[in-house]
Amino acid sequence: MASTMLSLPCTSSSASLSMHQLNKGKVKLGSSDSSICINNDRNSPFTKIKSFGRISMTVATNVSRFEGVTMAPPDPILGVSEAFKADTHEMKLNLGVGAYRTEELQPYVLKVVKKAENLMLERGENKEYLPIEGLAAFNKVTAELLFGTDNPVIQKQRVATVQGLSGTGSLRLAAALIERYFPGAKVLISSPTWGNHKNIFNDARVPWSEYRYYDPKTVGLDFEGMIADIKAAPEGSFVLLHGCAHNPTGIDPTPEQWKQIADVIQEKNHIPFFDVAYQGFASGSLDEDAASVRLFAARGIELLVAQSYSKNLGLYSERIGAMNIVCSSADAAARVKSQLKRIARPMYSNPPIHGARIVANVVGDPGLFSEWKAEMEMMAGRIKNVRQKLFDSLSAKDKSGKDWSFILKQIGMFSFTGLNKAQSDNMTNKWHVYMTKDGRISLAGLSLAKCEYLADAIFDSYHNVS
Amino acid sequence: MALRNTISGRISGRGRRSMSSWWGSVEPAPKDPILGVTEAFLADPSPHKVNVGVGAYRDDNGKPVVLQCVREAERRIAGHSNMEYLPMGGSVKMIEETLKLAYGENSELIKDKRIAAVQSLSGTGACRLFADFQKRFRPDSQIYIPVPTWSNHHNIWRDAQVPQRTFHYYHPESKGLDFAGMMDDIRNAPSGSFFLLHACAHNPTGVDPSEEQWKEISYQFKVKGHFPFFDMAYQGFASGDPERDAKSIRIFLEDGHLIGIAQSYAKNMGLYGQRVGCLSVLCEDEKQAVAVKSQLQQLARPMYSNPPVHGALIVSTILGDPDLKKLWLKEVKVMADRIIGMRTALRENLEKLGSPLLWEHITKQIGMFCYSGMTPEQVDRLTDEFHIYMTRNGRISMAGVTTGNVGYLANAIHEVTKSA
Repeated sequence: MASTMLSLPCTSSSASLSMHQLNKGKVKLGSSDSSICINNDRNSPFTKIKSFGRISMTVATNVSRFEGVTMAPPDPILGVSEAFKADTHEMKLNLGVGAYRTEELQPYVLKVVKKAENLMLERGENKEYLPIEGLAAFNKVTAELLFGTDNPVIQKQRVATVQGLSGTGSLRLAAALIERYFPGAKVLISSPTWGNHKNIFNDARVPWSEYRYYDPKTVGLDFEGMIADIKAAPEGSFVLLHGCAHNPTGIDPTPEQWKQIADVIQEKNHIPFFDVAYQGFASGSLDEDAASVRLFAARGIELLVAQSYSKNLGLYSERIGAMNIVCSSADAAARVKSQLKRIARPMYSNPPIHGARIVANVVGDPGLFSEWKAEMEMMAGRIKNVRQKLFDSLSAKDKSGKDWSFILKQIGMFSFTGLNKAQSDNMTNKWHVYMTKDGRISLAGLSLAKCEYLADAIFDSYHNVS
Repeated sequence: MALRNTISGRISGRGRRSMSSWWGSVEPAPKDPILGVTEAFLADPSPHKVNVGVGAYRDDNGKPVVLQCVREAERRIAGHSNMEYLPMGGSVKMIEETLKLAYGENSELIKDKRIAAVQSLSGTGACRLFADFQKRFRPDSQIYIPVPTWSNHHNIWRDAQVPQRTFHYYHPESKGLDFAGMMDDIRNAPSGSFFLLHACAHNPTGVDPSEEQWKEISYQFKVKGHFPFFDMAYQGFASGDPERDAKSIRIFLEDGHLIGIAQSYAKNMGLYGQRVGCLSVLCEDEKQAVAVKSQLQQLARPMYSNPPVHGALIVSTILGDPDLKKLWLKEVKVMADRIIGMRTALRENLEKLGSPLLWEHITKQIGMFCYSGMTPEQVDRLTDEFHIYMTRNGRISMAGVTTGNVGYLANAIHEVTKSA
């Protein structure tokens, strides 16, 4: 931090003031010491002292306040795409960010989205500010999609739903609420988890600690470790759970395991905090993928759920999602909603309208909704096919006895390959396969045509690099 | 309830941590003073109701307006582009065009790549990103905010945990600028302080410094080494000419200040709900601009990852096409002119009614808002008796005034102020 007074150069000639102008301004009688000091004014690293015998004069120079600002590290996930774009190699493969691609490796705009947008264009709706909590029609359908229309929590109006800026924004709203109303409470996050979770809680000043999740030996779930760590946490902690299709591992608890997780959370009086970014994308079924959330809601537990429509409706850049907080009463839900609004107002005032309208139109119209379900199954189906092909290619290549079946057991867009950083670097440097350093690959960016090539790359990196 | 059966034995006397609710200590939040007005307005069944609360432009029929240039842009982009994540800093094209508006079409500063700029969630998001950036990189600094200002400014810097100070701005007696008070505060602030300035069409007062006054302010800022942060939410809306409305910023740039700017397309392009704007910070050189931009992105990532695309596409489509841009400039002028016309009408109506008060300020003030000088009690009467909705600081959104309601409005104002 540039808090020491340095001799700062005047960088722009238009900034220098003539002696005449200086004489019009302030003249400080100060020390005759010609070394830099700013009298009592420690707030101005931008002034340069000119000494003239016993009179020092302060001159404003054209130096930036932000002199000490260093280059931020590239984002570990979004930075990958940027590096991929810069690569000119013909075999390059982007398995970095979790954005769905067709078999031709093209981005995919869902047909239902195009239809919804055309409807919106025809209707010519206005672009007025949404209320702080977002589009009412959207809030209604998003909660129903998550909990089921007939769910008592909805019927009894016990859910505070606020439209948020996709998953990230919704998580951030909740984090700010936790910081404000549960000072000192910790959030338990899985080890590993989506890279941005930590940033969100850090910037919201909410302390966090990790619970065991991924077992590198089995490339599966360390269930005992997970339960033990949740049990060991101070009572009343928030437990961040991935509703389905865990990111980055692709490893989800079984229904039986979910029940046990719910048991221990209830026992310890913890608050479950679900991140649901892939509803529909995991199994292909919207309802099935919401099972974990619904299980907890059915127990009468108060809980938080962040939703995102980036992947399942392909609305990545529209930034559309929601924060849902299930409370024990309609009154509590109303109060909580009002406080979420108070957090949103100084962040962005009110959320963007376009994505909300698309979702409201798709989910709210029975015809479009059915079509969406079909497209959802198609997308999830493509990923399952690609998993199968990758597994087959690796098994054919690798006669060492290494078990690659985790590729089939994992679910959703991502696969945790088990490759370490050096091996992941090899994937990029030698094979031009872009992935995140934690060994995560996005199968949504893989085509059947490239499975062989990827298998070669993984085989090489796993066996020849340590 | 199943809840009680399983837990009642185990949780006696746990107070706030009982399973009945975690949220017992959560009070209902106060209504937002501005957006709460519209909520109340919508709930009012009276056929005479008038909404002059929130600053959202209305046509002479009191209807929201979607600009023609915007409709055309939407036609062009519908179904054509995919919805992939924008880069964290937002749409490059949109930012390019936006910087030209603020810094000048042929600005050397843009050519020299000295401006760190990111797409933001309209003006609010730009201010908030800057406040967070200020907190992170100048943690000892505070922000000087004019009195009065848009109420959300206080929320923004408070939630960013940057301490606030105020400086004199509005002169209630003259309903104009307290220039002497403002200059005193600028002089007395510790050197190198951060100041929030409204580039044009001050919200809520509509009172702007003159060009001469801006020059003096700029000079004093130089002497004190203050950091000027401009909130420019109404470029084009003040005079009808975006170039003219950017004059304050250009004066500071000529004087060599390294400034920050929050820009918004909510009003001047009618893109309110799209949340599209831009935060820019002028740096010493390209290298520093790259570093600052990377840090701004770093702040945005845990807030919303990357900004929404739709509004940005509309902006870049319009500003990137000479014909659409021309159409936009025309439409902005129409909006600004209508408001100027309504100012005249309201003032004339009040004077015709024989109001004992002076209403010159209605036409002297500029932009969307008129600071009427009415008290909160008078405003309450306007709402309760006449179903006229405005913020309690007496701010009238002139954008909500029409030829159809200006007479009714003038009458009501006269009624509640005539015995003042």
